[in-house]
Amino acid sequence: MNWLALIGARALAMLGGWGRAAIFFVDLLAALPASLRRFSLVVVQIHAIGNRSLLIILASGMAVGFVLALQLYNTLITFGAAESLGLVVNLSLVRELGPVVTALLFAGRAGTSLTAEIGLMKAGEQIAALELMAIDPRQRVLAPRFLAGIISMPLLAILFSAIGILGAWLVAVGLIGIDAGNFWSIQQNAVDVWRDVGNGVVKSAVFGVICTAVALYQGYETEATPEGVAYATTRTVVISSLAVLGADFILTALMFSAPR
Amino acid sequence: MWPLSSDALIEIDHVSFGYDSSRLILNDLSLRFMRGKVTAVLGNSGCGKTTLLRLIGGVHAANAGRVVFDGEVIDVRDRAQLYRLRRRLGMLFQFGALFTDLTVYDNVAFPLREMTDLPEGMIHDIVLMKLNAVGLRGAAPLKISEVSGGMARRVALARAIALDPELIMYDEPFAGLDLISMGVAAKLIRTLNDVTGATSLVISHDVPECMAISDWVVLMAGGGRLVAQGTPEELMNSTDPEVRQFVRGEPDGPVKFHYPAPDIAADFGMTGLARGKAAAGGGR
Repeated sequence: MNWLALIGARALAMLGGWGRAAIFFVDLLAALPASLRRFSLVVVQIHAIGNRSLLIILASGMAVGFVLALQLYNTLITFGAAESLGLVVNLSLVRELGPVVTALLFAGRAGTSLTAEIGLMKAGEQIAALELMAIDPRQRVLAPRFLAGIISMPLLAILFSAIGILGAWLVAVGLIGIDAGNFWSIQQNAVDVWRDVGNGVVKSAVFGVICTAVALYQGYETEATPEGVAYATTRTVVISSLAVLGADFILTALMFSAPR
Repeated sequence: MWPLSSDALIEIDHVSFGYDSSRLILNDLSLRFMRGKVTAVLGNSGCGKTTLLRLIGGVHAANAGRVVFDGEVIDVRDRAQLYRLRRRLGMLFQFGALFTDLTVYDNVAFPLREMTDLPEGMIHDIVLMKLNAVGLRGAAPLKISEVSGGMARRVALARAIALDPELIMYDEPFAGLDLISMGVAAKLIRTLNDVTGATSLVISHDVPECMAISDWVVLMAGGGRLVAQGTPEELMNSTDPEVRQFVRGEPDGPVKFHYPAPDIAADFGMTGLARGKAAAGGGR
């Protein structure tokens, strides 16, 4: 009967973990109004986790734009549809690659730094010190970071897509020789600001919630040891990435399943 | 002499606590901490001293019994009550728990900025007064990484007293300090207590410093067991072997040098040999 008890214990531990995560998330939401009242704390965090992620986001966006233009041109030319290159690049970026790749990069760059920061604050008893000073660490430390993540992610995703489109333009017009007017006008005609760009922004805001909440939870719940913090940062990347990919499928199905 | 209940700021009433149900850190412990006095809780590492502070601060809930702060039973589920009570206490953490991204000045100003609406000019004056009290007014602009361990402990003390708490709890205030810093810390604890009229609770295993500055000393042993309590003189002159071992720092006595272990012959795999020899002897 030992294996039965083992399965039961594992199931209980898993349910307990989900329960703690759910309570943590509700607490985080409840602490948001307080951080709105002290928005200066949020601005500092937007600088720390948003502004400092700019370089990797812009570099990756440019590289993705370059490669998309090259790869899609090779395929589209086979069907005589090379003029659609701008449109395909744009839709790929604003609907999918922008939000998803930005979220994956965000989890690796900003998510790990959030987890390590909160984990080390816990290990250094700074979180306990706040508690004993009658300052709620959820309001003072976690909520401003959470809000900053939700605000930063769509901005970063928009920049990723914009720089990606510029990269694709450089390759398509400068290198391949596609007509520049055609490249831009087909986008202007076929890309809808609400359906395509708007849904992409909504997606990235959802990914912002997921990545930041996971990173903060992992930091807050970490075992306060060097191994614990290392393990928590790894878990942040793995869980955030899988959750983003799963949520992306659901959101895509909800947003784009019906043809226009 | 057992202190009277009405004079106690903190009462620990038949408290049991364990981080998991299989191992109790504190077992049916009852203590009282007197108002306006310096009380030292002494004991070996791992005997539950820090856990006791965390229970008073409401970080953990007791499994059984109650912790009473100024007549109010601490209920960790009631966050409003908990935060109201915590505003009346200051805690010095073992390693300071200072905010490493802030300067010395900003660390001390932190509780004032967070908990009060005082204008910045007044906060400036209070911070410099508190830093002056711990002898570090000149270190105000320094980063935390630029101050020594002893200085960091004093900065943390200045932060702990920033809001003039009624209860100041010190978690191992002398650990890892050189002799001069230790003397400074001990003098500060006593002086601050006398000047502010606060109640001080010092958790430590440094016997001479605690005996020198305390009004009342509580001695605890493993499992959160209360060994003895009394004035420093009473404990220093105690004939109880356990008290004598602790205050004199003897390596073996009622508190064993060896952690409980199986028979040494069994651990070294010599039981078979012993049996063989016995059998050979029996055959002769």
